[in-house]
Amino acid sequence: MKLTLKIWRQENAKTKGKLVNYELSNLSLDMSFLEMLDTLNEQLAVKGERGVEFDHDCREGICGQCSLVINGQAHGPEGHYTTCQTHLRSFKDGDTLAIEPFRANSFPVIRDLKVDRSSMDRIIQAGGYISSFTGMAPEANSIPIHHEIAESAFDSAACIGCGACVATCKNSSAALFLSAKVGHLAKLPQGKVERMERVVWMVNAHDEEGFGSCTHTGACAMVCPQEVQLLDIARMNYEYNRATCLVKE
Amino acid sequence: MSLNAKIPVGPLKDKWQNYLAKTRIVNPANRKKLDVIVVGGGLSGGGAAASLAELGYNVKVFFFQDSARRSHSVAAQGGVNAAKNYKNDGDNVYRMFYDTIKGGDFRSREANVYRMAEVSVDLIDHMVAQGVPFGREYGGYLSNRSFGGVLVSRTFYARGQTGQQLLLATYQAMMKQVKVGKLKQYSRHEILDIVIIDGKARGIIARNLDTGEIERHAAHAVVFGTGGFGKIFYLSTLAMNSNGSANWRAHKKGAYFANPSWTQIHPTALPQSGEHQSKLTLMSESLRNDGRIWVPKNKDEKRAPGDIPDEDRDYYLERRYPAFGNLVPRDVASRAAKERMDAGYGVGPLKNAVYLDFKTAIERLGEDTIKERYGNLFTMYEKITAINAYKEPMKISPAAHFSMGGLWVDYELHTTIPGLFAVGEANFADHGANRLGANSLLQASVDGNFILPNTISNYLADDIRTGPISTDTAEFEEAEKAVKDQVEKLLSIKGTMPVDQIHRRLGKIMFKEVAMSRNEKGMLWAIEEIKKLRKEFWENAAIPGDEKGPNSELEKAGRLADYLEIAELMTVDALSRKESCGAHFREEYQTKEGEALRDDKNYMYSSAWEWQDEKDWKLHKEALEFTEVTPTVRSYK
Repeated sequence: MKLTLKIWRQENAKTKGKLVNYELSNLSLDMSFLEMLDTLNEQLAVKGERGVEFDHDCREGICGQCSLVINGQAHGPEGHYTTCQTHLRSFKDGDTLAIEPFRANSFPVIRDLKVDRSSMDRIIQAGGYISSFTGMAPEANSIPIHHEIAESAFDSAACIGCGACVATCKNSSAALFLSAKVGHLAKLPQGKVERMERVVWMVNAHDEEGFGSCTHTGACAMVCPQEVQLLDIARMNYEYNRATCLVKE
Repeated sequence: MSLNAKIPVGPLKDKWQNYLAKTRIVNPANRKKLDVIVVGGGLSGGGAAASLAELGYNVKVFFFQDSARRSHSVAAQGGVNAAKNYKNDGDNVYRMFYDTIKGGDFRSREANVYRMAEVSVDLIDHMVAQGVPFGREYGGYLSNRSFGGVLVSRTFYARGQTGQQLLLATYQAMMKQVKVGKLKQYSRHEILDIVIIDGKARGIIARNLDTGEIERHAAHAVVFGTGGFGKIFYLSTLAMNSNGSANWRAHKKGAYFANPSWTQIHPTALPQSGEHQSKLTLMSESLRNDGRIWVPKNKDEKRAPGDIPDEDRDYYLERRYPAFGNLVPRDVASRAAKERMDAGYGVGPLKNAVYLDFKTAIERLGEDTIKERYGNLFTMYEKITAINAYKEPMKISPAAHFSMGGLWVDYELHTTIPGLFAVGEANFADHGANRLGANSLLQASVDGNFILPNTISNYLADDIRTGPISTDTAEFEEAEKAVKDQVEKLLSIKGTMPVDQIHRRLGKIMFKEVAMSRNEKGMLWAIEEIKKLRKEFWENAAIPGDEKGPNSELEKAGRLADYLEIAELMTVDALSRKESCGAHFREEYQTKEGEALRDDKNYMYSSAWEWQDEKDWKLHKEALEFTEVTPTVRSYK
């Protein structure tokens, strides 16, 4: 299999980047997308050229470190996949692929396809936790939780924090990411104590980091590798309104 | 230096409580005068960082990922063990301790194992309080499943993403401490050396992977939660950037390395499909609760698996090990798969896999139940292979997974370098020669959250009057220079062989001779090959670019340089142990049935290797004493 790659190369956040063309041949359909980039980097190394920098780690879809926008779609054409799970069998022999970083003001480019997503860490720092220190916990079974509620909390908690939702959103909103954490913790009895402060602090942090507002296009949920639901965004808005209006009255 | 494991006095069940009752602690007002560096932001390092910050110490945590939430603990799937006995199936701390000691083939330290089982109970409480959405029964209480090597159900799980959920809870606890200013995090930083002043670990040299800058950081103590080095095999279940470098560089500064050759080869990973492959994705052991493993009885079987009737299938685990069946421990399951594949019964285009079949379970429980239990694993399998495992069996194969060996630590998790502690997979003591499933998340979490914070105070109590440690010393200067020199040396090679290709070749040597099955002749060959490869690396590795800014090839090269040395020590260790135990299977020492043959008279010890120079190591032996159990032949039949 043969592919033409147009890869975004950029020295650092201060310099301008551009798409650079590369040709690869003798590729296998069973190769993963990142293994294809490994192959390219090996070829560049032999020539003494600097490799393409890209983020990746677990290569099994759970760590959330891999990114990339492939032909305009975050994590590639399959939808609900991570880039590391995308294989070349999703493309046709002779295809041309444009490979770009996740683009958002809150994700400055570090080099080439690597971006800085620490803004997402700071949203969690604002309140995405339960303040229970080691040693404080009561016996685990003293808090029964309805099976469906635990399952639903899990659905939100499954977010891998990759940022594909941000890269896909025309407003660069991190609403899906933010609401997944708000939802995970607000659904569980252990998380209810801090639910009001949490949602307000996290939403404020989200806005201060420069992420845009959610206009409910639903594009984020179409690419989310963990299939976090738009319903979480609705729940977050409910939690926010509850915290800022209803309860005050 | 002689090894003193500092095991507390008293009966096994009282040791930890006795220790806690008498150990020195630091008063809250003094904790804020003490700095601790934690390396690694996963379950062990992150748990330690968060817990120490909660106690009031000033903590800096370093990790190479862009966020601690991506540490490789995230990838653990099946669950975490705890002796809660919620199932009323006869479980208790002693039984869990015994299962773990037996699972480790009587090559682990009794007191450590007992403590891990004892503290497991608190860990589940802790994780539930942090908001981990564990699986629940319809009455709202916590649910359990069973794992390999045990006869009870003590595994707590959050679907097939238990590691992710425990890690996120730990990460969130860390983020809370970042917010309140007790914890400072350094993402995209790699540790290239530790700094020793007056015989004590007092800091680290780190490379900022974004800018390439070499940084000095000082502290009163250093904690390594640096994980395992199974990526040495290149193809493994580990993350691409997991590495052994921090441990190795500490080893070269005086930390003994224990049982380095004991690597767990996990029986249920995806098989290799070609030379390009970079990773063997794990399929959780929990699948063996409901999946049955088999190969065709006929070597030349051409039929699709679904068309092969039961009488033509060899359910070899059920046949060989009727008591435990598909839930035998990992070392046993991997070796049994290798035996079938070596005999020519492997399946798939490269004949390098066996079937893991859910047909019986789906007939019995329905597809919905299987989906709820393992849905994400089936989805993951389909994404990688394009095969729907509800309709046809998975193809699985053994892959390098977990390092039972690691830095030698005493009961306080203190290495042989004063002031350097090791937690989680980075240390060695709890799993012996084979780790049981769902004990990895457990050990990492209890080490970080419950054990280290209580033992490190005994060391830090001497430092309350020391004052801040300066980085402006000759020792920091020297360590920084050595690191810079190595970076420069790597960049000056300018060869033509890509780093990954050398790593793949190393992996092949190691997987062939120092993995599931080992013999003297093969390992002597391996040592020579490793040396040749090391020479080739330093003469001909292709490392383009410079040291300013991100350079993945340079990072990989630094790690591979260390792997090429670790590989030799692993082989030396495996050669020196002339017995079979757990994952260490020496072909020369086996029973007539092909099971591991231990030699308790001569090898009832943990090997702790001391670095001498570029050519040699000195072996120290920590004798293993069993007071409460009698080592027996480990049988799962």
